[in-house]
Amino acid sequence: MSRYFTEDHEWIDVDGDTATVGITDYAQGQLGDIVFVDVPEEGKELAKGDEAATVESVKAASDVYTPASGTVIEGNAELADQPGLVNEDPEGDGWFFKLTLSDTSELEELMDETAYAAFVSKL
Amino acid sequence: MSINRSGWKPEMSQVGASDTATFTGNRALMLEEPLIFEIGSTETTGVDFDPILPGTGRGTAGEAGGGGGATTSDSLAASPLHRPSDGPPPRAGEDRLGDLSRTAPIGLPGLSEPEAVRHYTRLSRQNYAIDLGLFPLGSCTMKHNPRLNERMARLPGFADIHPLQPVDTVQGALGVINELAVWLIELTGMYGVAMTPKAGAHGELCGILCIRAALEARGDPRSVILVPESAHGTNPATAAFAGYKVEDIPATPDGRVDLEALKARLGPDVAGVMITNPNTCGLFERDMKAISDAVHAAGGYVYCDGANFNAIVGRVRPGDLGIDAMHINLHKTFSTPHGGGGPGSGPVVLSEALAPYGPLPFTERHADRHITLVEEETVGDRHPHSFGRMSAFHGQMGMFTRALAYILSHGADGLRQVAEDAVLNANYVLRSLDKTLDAPFAHSGPCMHEALFSDNGLPEGFSTIDIAKALIDEGYHPMTMYFPLVVHGAMLVEPTETESKAALDQFIGALRSVAERAKAGDSSLKSAPHFAPRRRLDETLAARKPVLVWKEPEAAKAAE
Repeated sequence: MSRYFTEDHEWIDVDGDTATVGITDYAQGQLGDIVFVDVPEEGKELAKGDEAATVESVKAASDVYTPASGTVIEGNAELADQPGLVNEDPEGDGWFFKLTLSDTSELEELMDETAYAAFVSKL
Repeated sequence: MSINRSGWKPEMSQVGASDTATFTGNRALMLEEPLIFEIGSTETTGVDFDPILPGTGRGTAGEAGGGGGATTSDSLAASPLHRPSDGPPPRAGEDRLGDLSRTAPIGLPGLSEPEAVRHYTRLSRQNYAIDLGLFPLGSCTMKHNPRLNERMARLPGFADIHPLQPVDTVQGALGVINELAVWLIELTGMYGVAMTPKAGAHGELCGILCIRAALEARGDPRSVILVPESAHGTNPATAAFAGYKVEDIPATPDGRVDLEALKARLGPDVAGVMITNPNTCGLFERDMKAISDAVHAAGGYVYCDGANFNAIVGRVRPGDLGIDAMHINLHKTFSTPHGGGGPGSGPVVLSEALAPYGPLPFTERHADRHITLVEEETVGDRHPHSFGRMSAFHGQMGMFTRALAYILSHGADGLRQVAEDAVLNANYVLRSLDKTLDAPFAHSGPCMHEALFSDNGLPEGFSTIDIAKALIDEGYHPMTMYFPLVVHGAMLVEPTETESKAALDQFIGALRSVAERAKAGDSSLKSAPHFAPRRRLDETLAARKPVLVWKEPEAAKAAE
């Protein structure tokens, strides 16, 4: 399994053609306390860069974009009752959605962990 | 010598006094007050009704078997001081509810009149208001509401009328609507105005629907509205509500619309742009005319959010900047009460290109000075392209009266001074504090009507919210915080033109003191407010687990 990152602070874990998407620890820290998360429904077709989910903090709502194209397998239902999971474990239990990738070559444009750490350090 | 046996020592220590608990929970004039559901009962009412007789709505009191205590005395009836009621006591009407008839009380709290009056008066004393002091809430234009406006709005000919009255009996009120419309057109240099929208966002929707109707009428429906990052938050919501896809336009480093990025994005799919000018960074969009020209050249329309018109009224006419539609918040620029004190009102001025698509109804003054109301039934073929109707009646009458009183009492010179003083006051705040707080756009020149600061430079662990909460202890409503989003930890201060220099100096002193405490790492800020009726509330918990309906304490416990 490999993990990639976007400049919009999403992470994506890839296992074959199945992927899990969430937002990074840096992103949750910038957003502050998360109070509401809207995740996509199973079966939704997403193209890379589409608005896939919405995350709301006390002061603002932000869009979460899908780092790669595919079909949604599952949205994280836990987040409806426990949006705080995104703050507590953003890169684990606080995942947003899983999807079946339609084009794994899209991943080549994304950053690996080292590159993302370097990207964040410059912000 | 004589000894003072009273025991009273004027220098008596106050240490610990604030920790003393009182039996009632009150602290002198700071009075605690429970929820109305906790003090009301179903056994109490503030109104004294005659007993209602059971019955079917037919027959007489005698046949229904009496309701008790409803007889009239002949001797009382003979007295000139007592006028007996004309008929029998009230009687329940025929029940047509069938299965829908109520079987149990609905649990509304009942209070006597003094209890109800005290409840709301006590709550009002825990609140802050423009009549108590400076209210620096950025973008909201919390300025003094002149009492002349209130007096005019309370004249019976304006206050005690109904929108369904025959128009011949309300010529004065229609005259106010018509005259205000004329002045709004004059002040903005536009072609027409829709008076019915009820507030700013309602006005935005009106303007965007005009744009959509105009595009559809020429057979060129488009799908995208461009909204810069420095726009009001309601702008993208309005565009999305009207069925458009919203795309962001980035801001330049000096906080204004990036003209080149905007031009690059324009095309045959762009219906229009929504620009707030002056924008929410408190800055005038210098390129407004160039933006309008570029949008028009690409076949789109320009919507301007006029929420900040108070900064330019009497100085700049939006019509000269190529704007096609702009709402005017009468409750901001023209000083009508808001923020709990009254409803908004958002008339929309329109360019010649969009005016044919504006909503019904509107007033029309004829050559004989008689005013009629143009509605669906009477419009005929004079306004065939109207997109429809936005509200049941003519708009917010009470706000129209106040706004016209404000315009007429200020005159052209007064309105110009409104804008000048609003800008002067904001710049005084900005320059008085830009050494203490980070002011991200201060280098780009004067601000307009509001001063923007960020939380950059505060020590680790301190943020805008700590400054805001400490300002509550200083006796101020906090400024707008964490908005606009383009600035980290934004603090948006709008002092308005109605504050004196002395009032501004005191506010500046308070904000500087709080900011310096934060910079010195004063941890007491983290638990502010200390002197408010409630301490710092858990906004996260309130958003994650909102309690929206009151439940009996036992029921609430059982539900957990």
